[in-house]
Amino acid sequence: MASLPCNSVNIDTPSIVTEPRNVTRAFLVLGFFVVVSLSSFAVDHRFIYFSAYLWFGFIYGMSLQYGRFCMASAIRDLFAVGVPRMAVGIMIAVVLFSLISAYVTVVGKSTFHPSPIGFYSVIGGLIFGIGMVYTGGCASGSLYKTGEGSVAALLVVLSLSFTQVFMVDAGGWMNQLVPMSWTESALAKGLPAVITPTDGWYDQFLAGYVWNLSATTVGQLLGFTSVVSAAFIGNSLINSIIPAALILAGIYLRWYRKGYLRGNEAQYRGLSTELAGYWSMITASRRTAIAGLVLGIAAGLHMWVMQGLQNRLGIANAGELLTAMGYTDGLSIQDTIFDPGYFYITTQEAQGAAWIVQKLGFNVMDSIFFGLDNGVPNPLLNPVLWMSIALVGGAAVMALLNNEFKLKLPTAEIATWAIFGGILMGIGARVGLGCNIGAFFATVTNGDPSGWLFGLGMTAGGYIGVKFFNWWIERKMAKEMAAFDL
Amino acid sequence: MAVKFEKTGDGMYMLDVQGYVCPHPQLYTKKGLEKLKQGEILELIFDNPSSGESIVAMCQAEGNEIVAQEKEGGKTTMRWRIRKS
Repeated sequence: MASLPCNSVNIDTPSIVTEPRNVTRAFLVLGFFVVVSLSSFAVDHRFIYFSAYLWFGFIYGMSLQYGRFCMASAIRDLFAVGVPRMAVGIMIAVVLFSLISAYVTVVGKSTFHPSPIGFYSVIGGLIFGIGMVYTGGCASGSLYKTGEGSVAALLVVLSLSFTQVFMVDAGGWMNQLVPMSWTESALAKGLPAVITPTDGWYDQFLAGYVWNLSATTVGQLLGFTSVVSAAFIGNSLINSIIPAALILAGIYLRWYRKGYLRGNEAQYRGLSTELAGYWSMITASRRTAIAGLVLGIAAGLHMWVMQGLQNRLGIANAGELLTAMGYTDGLSIQDTIFDPGYFYITTQEAQGAAWIVQKLGFNVMDSIFFGLDNGVPNPLLNPVLWMSIALVGGAAVMALLNNEFKLKLPTAEIATWAIFGGILMGIGARVGLGCNIGAFFATVTNGDPSGWLFGLGMTAGGYIGVKFFNWWIERKMAKEMAAFDL
Repeated sequence: MAVKFEKTGDGMYMLDVQGYVCPHPQLYTKKGLEKLKQGEILELIFDNPSSGESIVAMCQAEGNEIVAQEKEGGKTTMRWRIRKS
């Protein structure tokens, strides 16, 4: 039995020996994805584009599970239990991804497009942030926890996916919620009649409001003429590294310093002690730091690889690839599908849910989100959805190797939180044009300041969610304690 | 199963949060430890791996001591004993 001393710095759990049956299961899961890659390549070599997404998804899944990487934890555990571990991990990943992204941009291989800057990002982040505290995981966190066997996490993924479909296609009375200026602006865009832009509150939100906003990166905004300066100084240093360092300094001062200095007051040496404490906070969890390192590097490399493959295959979007390969079902009216070229979560999940919804007889292709932009391809032919499925697989493999895979059915209470929180996350993700990955991680690291607006909203939402849960759990504890005095 | 918080002996309490996912195990643990007096022991039973990381860090920050860590039930259920500082 282990006893951890109070002032222990390393909070990693000790290494373990994988049980033989878990090794077998891990190899089976890995083998499945290897077979999918090889056989699809054998059918048509252009499926390599799909396999690229798949293997990066697998790496993301393994890293997320290894480091227990979750943005919900980053915000929630700071406010709820004063634990900065995950916030530190996220900032490490942000710094690294930003440097790799800057390099990828300089060599002309970036697939990134900034999002419009507007208050909608804060609102979307706020709703998403509240939801992710209720569900216990962010969008990527819920996927990796599905790989651990958590059925609650799977409920979150399903809830958030189907909510998005409803959000982007709902019209009728919901059109009344939209300001007239949005309706008029959407109508003035001259969209094809089949898209019905004035029937669908989300179509009007996009075409009548979001599309009127401007998008930029910090590198462009500050007027750097050199691509290198714009990428490294504007996008990476100013939009990622400096904010991350300042956020970490704030976290250190507010949540880590007191515990670090406890019992060591006699050895205090001013700035050098504070810097040592800052570094101690960053390296406190080796697993988190390693996961942050791998995620940051992989996310950057992902962009390079996808751009390289696009150049090699002579395409700008996977829709062109599907057309060339003879698959035209479910493409948007522009013959495109969702193909960001980097780490993303919510849009492809919405596509998967939309495909099911369409099979049930509903038409979603009259929306901008599906009909004009992203399409609803067959999930087996959706390369970005391959990434999500492989993420679950990668997490499952890592969980099995750590003897942590367990099929866990939720209680009714947890299932309710999962579904309700998933609904909020679905609403927040569409209002914010993405989730903790698509609207925050991938944006701030590519110089897009709109990501910080979403992050601000997410943080505020996390704070509100924690306040609620503190009250809820205090009530439940009081009931449990009624049988005895404390 | 529902959360259970019981007195199991003199200065000993048991908190069972099996089946609960983040943030419930760490929040219940925090609330439970707040109720204990110095030196009293909380036996915590949970099966959510990511909560364990937060609870260890919480212990470090608050100065509470994890005096025992055991795994059971196919190694996915954790049974820890935490002494309130």
